[in-house]
Amino acid sequence: MSGTITKVSGPLVLAEGLADANVSDVVRVGSQRLIGEILNMTGDRASIQVYEETSGLGPGAEVETTGMPMSVELGPGMLDNIYDGIQRPLPEMRAASGDCIARGIDVPALNREKKWDFVPVAKPGDKLRAGDVLGTVQETSAILHKIMVPNGLSGELVRIESGEHVVTDEIAVLRDEKGKEHALTMIQRWPVRIARPYEKKYVPARPMNSGQRIIDTMFPIAKGGTAAVPGPFGSGKTVVQHQLAKWSDVDIVVYIGCGERGNEMTDVLMEFPELKDPRNGEPLMKRTVLIANTSDMPVAAHEASIYTGITIAEYFRDMGYDVAVLADSTSRWAEALREMSGRLEEMPGEEGYPAYLASRLAQFYERAGVIECLGQDERRGSVTAIGAVSPPGGDISEPVAQATMRIVKVFWGLDSALAYARHFPAINWLSSYSLYLDTLAPWYTEQFGESYMKNRTQAMHILQEESELQEIVRLVGQDALSPADRLTMETAKMIREDFLQQNAFVDEDAYSAYAKQYRLLDLVLRYDAACREALDKGVDMNALFVIPAREAIGRAKMADAKTFAADYDAIEAQMKKEIAEVIAGGEDA
Amino acid sequence: MIKEYKTIKEIASPLMVVEHVEGVTYDELGELELPNGELRRCKVLEVEGDRAVVQLFESAQGINLAQTKVRFLGHPQQLAVSEDMLGRVFNGMGRPIDGGPEILADAHMDINGLPMNPAARAYPAEFIQTGVSTIDGLNTLVRGQKLPIFSGSGLPHAALAAQIARQARVLGDNENFAVVFAAIGITFEESEYFINDFRRTGAIDRTVVFSNLANDPAVERIATPRMALTAAEYLAFEKDMHVLVILTDITNYAEALREVSAAKKEVPGRRGYPGYLYTDLATLYERAGRRQGKKGSITMIPILTMPADDKTHPIPDLTGYITEGQIILSRELHRKGLVPPVNVLPSLSRLKDKGIGEGKTREDHAGTMNQLFAAYSRGKDAKELMTILGEAALSEDDKLFAKFADEFEKRYVSQGNNTNRSIQETLDLGWQLLKILPRRELKRIKPELIDKYLPKD
Repeated sequence: MSGTITKVSGPLVLAEGLADANVSDVVRVGSQRLIGEILNMTGDRASIQVYEETSGLGPGAEVETTGMPMSVELGPGMLDNIYDGIQRPLPEMRAASGDCIARGIDVPALNREKKWDFVPVAKPGDKLRAGDVLGTVQETSAILHKIMVPNGLSGELVRIESGEHVVTDEIAVLRDEKGKEHALTMIQRWPVRIARPYEKKYVPARPMNSGQRIIDTMFPIAKGGTAAVPGPFGSGKTVVQHQLAKWSDVDIVVYIGCGERGNEMTDVLMEFPELKDPRNGEPLMKRTVLIANTSDMPVAAHEASIYTGITIAEYFRDMGYDVAVLADSTSRWAEALREMSGRLEEMPGEEGYPAYLASRLAQFYERAGVIECLGQDERRGSVTAIGAVSPPGGDISEPVAQATMRIVKVFWGLDSALAYARHFPAINWLSSYSLYLDTLAPWYTEQFGESYMKNRTQAMHILQEESELQEIVRLVGQDALSPADRLTMETAKMIREDFLQQNAFVDEDAYSAYAKQYRLLDLVLRYDAACREALDKGVDMNALFVIPAREAIGRAKMADAKTFAADYDAIEAQMKKEIAEVIAGGEDA
Repeated sequence: MIKEYKTIKEIASPLMVVEHVEGVTYDELGELELPNGELRRCKVLEVEGDRAVVQLFESAQGINLAQTKVRFLGHPQQLAVSEDMLGRVFNGMGRPIDGGPEILADAHMDINGLPMNPAARAYPAEFIQTGVSTIDGLNTLVRGQKLPIFSGSGLPHAALAAQIARQARVLGDNENFAVVFAAIGITFEESEYFINDFRRTGAIDRTVVFSNLANDPAVERIATPRMALTAAEYLAFEKDMHVLVILTDITNYAEALREVSAAKKEVPGRRGYPGYLYTDLATLYERAGRRQGKKGSITMIPILTMPADDKTHPIPDLTGYITEGQIILSRELHRKGLVPPVNVLPSLSRLKDKGIGEGKTREDHAGTMNQLFAAYSRGKDAKELMTILGEAALSEDDKLFAKFADEFEKRYVSQGNNTNRSIQETLDLGWQLLKILPRRELKRIKPELIDKYLPKD
């Protein structure tokens, strides 16, 4: 089944004589056996997008189809690993071809030599169906990898082998209804552009804890939900994504660097093995799969990387795990679509993007969700999808941002003005939103009592009022404000600086547990309440604003995770005492 | 055997169509021989059946369709590299133009390079002292970083870039360094400014110059930065040198790209630039960096002039998404007479965090840096309010912040092009400025460090 090239134009190759090939088949192109994928077919002529640099390719060269769509290998060995956009392991490519990525390298995604200790769960004679767990492998110290019956198979288990095996070894034999025996290994293959099946989908109802105060308290995301992080360059998208990858309370993180900087991926590679999960003390890398498709890699692979990542995420979800997919950035993916669309000479839609941009984006985000997995044990898993968007000039009226906003439920809008003032995370509290607030509120109330959400509402109210008051101040100066309004502005400043601002590079502050978030915001609001009471007694507001407890509140976020409760009690007592002194002083005078 | 074709079908500069070709491949380098014996270079952009679309690197003037011969050379564009390139001047296509001999090639390297494997990169973390406070103190440059200067027409970016090239040092280290300078479509005067500066400081012997001036063919500009980066890769990763690459001006490069794209009748993206401008720029910028197990490094300072000072124009915008930060020059500060007129707030170095702190610069660096940024931002807001409502409308604190902003610009930013400040001087100056503010506002700095470093008197 091979054809010949008739035209080469950058990453787009036309070939004829491919009557046997199917649309979306993976093909090997030319003598270097570059990897490509068939986009369109006309008669026996195929348009092929090639995932590697096509320099040196010309008409007459051979094209061979593999007869398979673009697929990933799923099995033990993905965690703690780093892949390029089409699931080739980068460390092994480095061993094979040196510091730069040579073309046509063929390295299996899963290591074929490494032995895994397979522990059977199912017994011979068991009636199994797709999704049932055959056995487990302790893939990393943090994650137990469940080997499942591949989709489309069911029947009676004939044999199962325990012990040390490589991924390609036969570990079990299943006899289907027709009596045919199927040998099973630890590898499954799945075409990346097709969502993996599940039993049933649920509405997300549990928050994903990220340890980021503006996210957890102000704009929470649910496990199984979708979120977008749009922002101009330098506004801290990547830092937000890194923070989520580090501190989210999910079992598995799939981080897709799509068309981004090489050094950022290196940073993750260096840093994650050193960082410990605050919940179980395991290195974060042990639960992470990295897809590194840097901007200098061929553009066609940017497009594939997003699908590769979410398919791997779905596979872990099917084991019953909570998975987060972080895609940085979906704009690069959209641009790759645009570039290929242009080369195919398709009719362009808005700003040159193809007309199917919105539907492709929707398909990606719709692969997120809380589901009941296939299999008889009714386990549940979830995929949470969070995509960064890099709109030109930070203007979110462009097509990618707009199409994304129509789909996602949480919007963390980054703001360059905040970033310039080094207010990080630079998530704008006025433009951001979370549509999960209503579904998640019962959970917060159940866990932390009524006041958690009440405090959140009050804080948002103060911030909103601040923005209105600022308009007035800009026109007539702050002397025109009443003392109560001045206090509102002061409290808003404290919410911004002492609560919302969070320094990702300081250990004490990088992760904030729910309890600490609650107490910290509560402290600020108690200060506000106490001051308001004092103002009613006619106290000079300026004296209230400079009490030493203010500095203590300003530093309160740095309190140690273990002792913060006692520290905050002390600050509160100090604050009350000092305000009382101001009141007393006012009465003396 | 290399075949010769006399089958040029059409020429619409800078594109040419050659028919009845055989065995021609995408991106292959070609050579035209004019009837008078003159040789010109070209490369294959697209090949369909026996018809090749070829891009000329030089002008199409004087080409006769019937009598001009075309040869395809069987390889993509290459650069002959050797250590002898140091101290030499080449044109944008890599040919010597300083009257010296041809380079005896140590190797021929494909100028397109290959994408660097992220697993092979070493994270840039070595502090480079440039002697410029706004860079060292606030937007720290590290070895292996790509940090562009966003400028505008008429702003002194050349002076700043030359100052960095002159003063950049890694503390306690005078290893092998080299400068690769690519003039991309700039004027003779601007190019001479750099070369004279290298000459004055003696750096010229360690410099490789690739020069495509404003009156050289525009399409040649697409190759020029690639030539420079190929030379830099050779020097850094084969010869263990620390290479500083200065590319000026990326705007001219992007315009050349647009010219070729328009000639190819491609669907234009934003402002007529091709849709692949991002990936194309990425294949340049991403060649900066360090590699594990290699001593050398490539640090890149591309310069671009923002059309109409607009940061959202596609060229600066896409650049900002690829590079690790940016130094932005401000026309307002330039008018005020600040030298260098670095606009501190929107400037950024993404790699600073791993390059600063105890053992690299000083323990108080990160905290004071954030505090200076935050305070300057608040001071600027206060000053804005003051212009509308008058000084009386400001609170006591805001008055101090406004004063801080003024002093900061005068003493910290405006240091002149010949002052070389050590990082200690920069940090101490920061503390002197922070002294203007009430201590309770210094929330970004740990109290122990305030006790230790805040000047007492």
